[in-house]
Amino acid sequence: MIKAILIFNNHGKPRLIRFYQYFAEDMQQQIIRETFHLVSKRDDNVCNFLEGGSLIGGSDYKLIYRHYATLYFVFCVDSSESELGILDLIQVFVETLDKCFENVCELDLIFHMDKVHYILQEVVMGGMVLETNMNEIVAQVELQNRMEKSEVNQVI
Amino acid sequence: MREIMVRAMYCEMLGYDASFTYIHAIKLAQQGGVLEKRVGYLAVSLFLNEGHELLLLLVNTVLKDLQSTNLIEVCMALTVVAQVFPKDMIPAVLPLVEDKLSHPKEIIRRKAVLALYKFYLIAPNQVQHIHAKFCKALSDKDPGVMASSLHIYLQLIRSPDSYKDLTGSFVTILKQVLGGKLPVDFNYHSVPAPWLQIQLLRILSLLGKEDQSTSELMYEVLDESLRRAEMNHNITYAILYECVKAVYTIHPKAELLEKAARCIGNFVLSPKINLKYLGLKALTYVVQHDAKLALQHQMTIIECLDHSDFTIKRETLELLFRITNAQNVTVIVEKMLDFLRSCNDEHTIIHLIGKVAELAEKYPFNKPEFMNTLLPMKYNSWFIQTMNDVFSIGGDLLQQDDPNNFLRLLAEGSESKEEDDQLRLYAVESYLTVLKGHTSHLPQCFLQVMSWVLGEYAHLQESVDRREVIRLLTQLLDQRSVSSETRVWILSALTKIPEGQTDLILDLAESLSSSQDTVLRQQAQELRHLSQDSQLREFKPVAVVCVFSSQVDSSLSFLDGFVSEALAAGAAPYKPPHQRQEELCEDRALNLEPYSFSLPVSLSSCSITDRQSPTLLSVSSGLSGNSAELSQKAGSSTLILEGVKRVWGKDGYLPQKEATAPPVDEPSAAVQPASQQEAAERIEPRPEPSTQNQDKQQLASSLFVGLGVGSSVSLLGKSEAPPPRFRKKPRPHESSSSSGTSKRSSDSSSRSSRNTTDSFLYGSFPEEEPATSISTFDHTPKSTTANGLSQNKDTKEDRHANTSQILGGDMVIVRPSTIQDKHPPSVSSDLTALLPADLKDLPHSDVISLTSDPSLSLSSCRLFRDEALLLVIFISNCTETVIKDVAVQLTLKHKHQQMTLKNFFLLQVFEFMRLILMNSILSVTHRPLVVTTEEYGKLWLSLSHDVKQNLKLLTDAGDPLRTTLNALKDALQLHVVDIIGSEGIVACRLLSGAPCLLHCRVNGAALAMWLRSPHPALPDFILYHCQRALAHH
Repeated sequence: MIKAILIFNNHGKPRLIRFYQYFAEDMQQQIIRETFHLVSKRDDNVCNFLEGGSLIGGSDYKLIYRHYATLYFVFCVDSSESELGILDLIQVFVETLDKCFENVCELDLIFHMDKVHYILQEVVMGGMVLETNMNEIVAQVELQNRMEKSEVNQVI
Repeated sequence: MREIMVRAMYCEMLGYDASFTYIHAIKLAQQGGVLEKRVGYLAVSLFLNEGHELLLLLVNTVLKDLQSTNLIEVCMALTVVAQVFPKDMIPAVLPLVEDKLSHPKEIIRRKAVLALYKFYLIAPNQVQHIHAKFCKALSDKDPGVMASSLHIYLQLIRSPDSYKDLTGSFVTILKQVLGGKLPVDFNYHSVPAPWLQIQLLRILSLLGKEDQSTSELMYEVLDESLRRAEMNHNITYAILYECVKAVYTIHPKAELLEKAARCIGNFVLSPKINLKYLGLKALTYVVQHDAKLALQHQMTIIECLDHSDFTIKRETLELLFRITNAQNVTVIVEKMLDFLRSCNDEHTIIHLIGKVAELAEKYPFNKPEFMNTLLPMKYNSWFIQTMNDVFSIGGDLLQQDDPNNFLRLLAEGSESKEEDDQLRLYAVESYLTVLKGHTSHLPQCFLQVMSWVLGEYAHLQESVDRREVIRLLTQLLDQRSVSSETRVWILSALTKIPEGQTDLILDLAESLSSSQDTVLRQQAQELRHLSQDSQLREFKPVAVVCVFSSQVDSSLSFLDGFVSEALAAGAAPYKPPHQRQEELCEDRALNLEPYSFSLPVSLSSCSITDRQSPTLLSVSSGLSGNSAELSQKAGSSTLILEGVKRVWGKDGYLPQKEATAPPVDEPSAAVQPASQQEAAERIEPRPEPSTQNQDKQQLASSLFVGLGVGSSVSLLGKSEAPPPRFRKKPRPHESSSSSGTSKRSSDSSSRSSRNTTDSFLYGSFPEEEPATSISTFDHTPKSTTANGLSQNKDTKEDRHANTSQILGGDMVIVRPSTIQDKHPPSVSSDLTALLPADLKDLPHSDVISLTSDPSLSLSSCRLFRDEALLLVIFISNCTETVIKDVAVQLTLKHKHQQMTLKNFFLLQVFEFMRLILMNSILSVTHRPLVVTTEEYGKLWLSLSHDVKQNLKLLTDAGDPLRTTLNALKDALQLHVVDIIGSEGIVACRLLSGAPCLLHCRVNGAALAMWLRSPHPALPDFILYHCQRALAHH
């Protein structure tokens, strides 16, 4: 199961956080800080997996991350997830974002936070991987967007 | 509002408190249109956790949206349900979510399946009834729905037994996936549905674990997927990795293993760092089954040890830890310590340091055989050195167990006394060296260990002046960085250092007697008295001997005599707190219900209502005197323990005997290189052209020594069961280990007792005491003559059907009416011959005649079946005329029983059970438990609830104990396990399985009975019946 998904930039500012297991507010911030601390000091040429860290779940949890330009995408998972599988899931997620925002960048995440969340909801639901098929995800998001547009038109 | 909500989410993400918007998020979800709803739901799922009270406000909205025709609304509702819904709200939405499983849209079905999976994780028993629907989801025509149902199965199959039959389906699915039967949409980098494959492989490996026949089904498909996954992309490696793991998990097949091993090779040798990591993980997993594989990749492993990546290094050490054996342990531990010194992640340190300690303790006298005779003590020094490193690096991060284990090892020693003393001697020496150096940076727990060892074993070392030891320890006391707990350790160490040096000690005691810390002050006082009073010193060694020679008696049996005396003097027997609690509850229950009403008639024969001590009057006088005596006794014994037990070794008063051991001054640094070289010689070094690689080669050979063919046996042995740890003397070592285990066992027993409470409940509920039956059996002569009473009979049977339905059906079989027409009542004793064939062989109680009148006579008999109690009612016709129909109405007079038949509330039943226990309506629920004496002994220790009582001894025959026990056995369905001398052990169990063990000892004219059971009320209950049975006898 995925315990948390964190996206933060190179300075450790959170851009999107999603916890699938309950942590208190200050604990969440602490987890973000610790994770950033762990991840940021690693070179780009080392592996994308990190074990240990004491905050979430103890020894039965792993950090799997990818670093894109200014952003870190970190998934905290327990031992029931496949490492490489999650790594590619991150890739799928980012590619989907790219498709939806047309060349996604950090600012998109800031100004369209809700949309990012909606996309994420189609990929991961309640800690379980729901959909790994990019086209399917995009189709779902499109459907919702269309609805949004039609509603706006009605108002006008 | 939408915008504002999004901004509130952003603030929350950055860590600012925006709790004032929570209620608005809910409002938005409740009232808005679809768009507002979407934001509202998102905000709710981000803001609120499962326990938040505002969630209650959302239930209705979610219910409404689940029923909505708008696809998106349903989706949103399902998402939020899966995200935040707590356990107690699941029943509200469960039926609706269940309905969604047959929704025409597959996205809804898929989300519904995942929501149900989430429910399963939170509350498995609430979704038990829909397992069949999961099965339907598995065979759904949409692959997406099928894929999400795999999540559930992966979880369910962790207990694989009931799902073996699904293996075929999973194999078929995997075959179809591999064959490209899925829509092209599911391809990812031209690999068909990789995530699905990964899930399936995991499921298969769980299913095939240790099961040959199931494994055979999947060999083919595994082979296929190994072969298919050749393309060079990350995701194919993910599949391969799962595949390899599956191959090694299921029942082995040589061909597949070989292929898998080759795959691992590809992983490990890959330049891609992620794959290397996975390769190492796979190796770590595989070496448990096949250690030689590590041998093949030894050079790679050595390279990984020096890798710049922290994670890789860690994983490599993990791998090394798995292949450790007696010959390479020194090198591996050295590597681990090197890593630890350069590491600053707290979690990793804790994790690894534990492993180092484990290794060191596993091989404390580690020595290759060829060095054994030459330099035995060098290896002791290795152990001590390693532990020193562990303590100084791990410091206060260490688990409390590690220092405790170490000290236990030192204190208990092994078979050979000489070795022990050398070990201790070396420890003392090395600590003295450490203490002479700079001590302020040492962790507290290391200081504690050192002071303990010095206090205990400093006398072994003759060459060192005691004054010096005392001086060093005193120095420590003066340091500011030393915590008060450590000070206490040091002081008690000082107390142990034997004779002389009164002046130093007095100085010290003087300076500490004004300390702020009361514990320290007290110890200083004790220290002063000890050092001044030579008589006290003389006394100590004697006391030590008795402490050490006696075994730790957890049952405190040495107090038995005292207790029985006190009981005889009229003291109230001790009741454990839970019992007292229970009695309080009972009292309450009694207030509600008149006592006599629910009492069985026979209880009146006991004159005292207190079920605890029907044979003993509880007199409060004399109690205070007894308790004072008790506390005095306890006080004196603790004093001895405090002052003495830890202070002296078992030979502490004979220092001159050990002191003959020669002082050891071997430089420890020489140890590791020597072993390395020797090890290298053992394995034939490969020809290696580059001199640079020489070191690595050597390291490799020292690391992998013992993994070759010759000694692979020992390694295999390790993976099955760890090699004999440091052997312990057959002396009780309860001191530190037992606390852990006993806690665990009591834990488990408390859990089991809870379980039994449940089953007990069910087991006990339908029992009927014949005594009650007498009064309740309502036989009306009118009905014998009336015609057309079949209706009546029907209703009666209905009621029985209801009863057994309510009760779960498995516990009671009431045979309502066995009609024997024209049977003379006089031969009631032979009634049992009339039993149906399948019941004839069961043990049964005597047939009791219940009632009779000129036309009919009734009698009943109890049959004991393993899983149930049968109550057989015989109805005999005493007249000459033919009775056409008999209506039997079985009224349960017991008020609670009636109540529980009507509304089956757990709470009431619980109350009911307690009452039943007390009133012993249960009398017939237990069965003999057949165990051997050894099993009995083990079981005895694991049980927690005990009750002691003195009973009357039957003295009419030759062997009073045997007679009594036999009488009990006959009356109460007990099993007499063994009778040894004046003691006898007896066992029985409940229908539901909860055992009760009885230990009987002849104590004068009384029988001291001691009962234990996991069930809190069972001993009392059995005891009560024993008393009754003996009183009747």
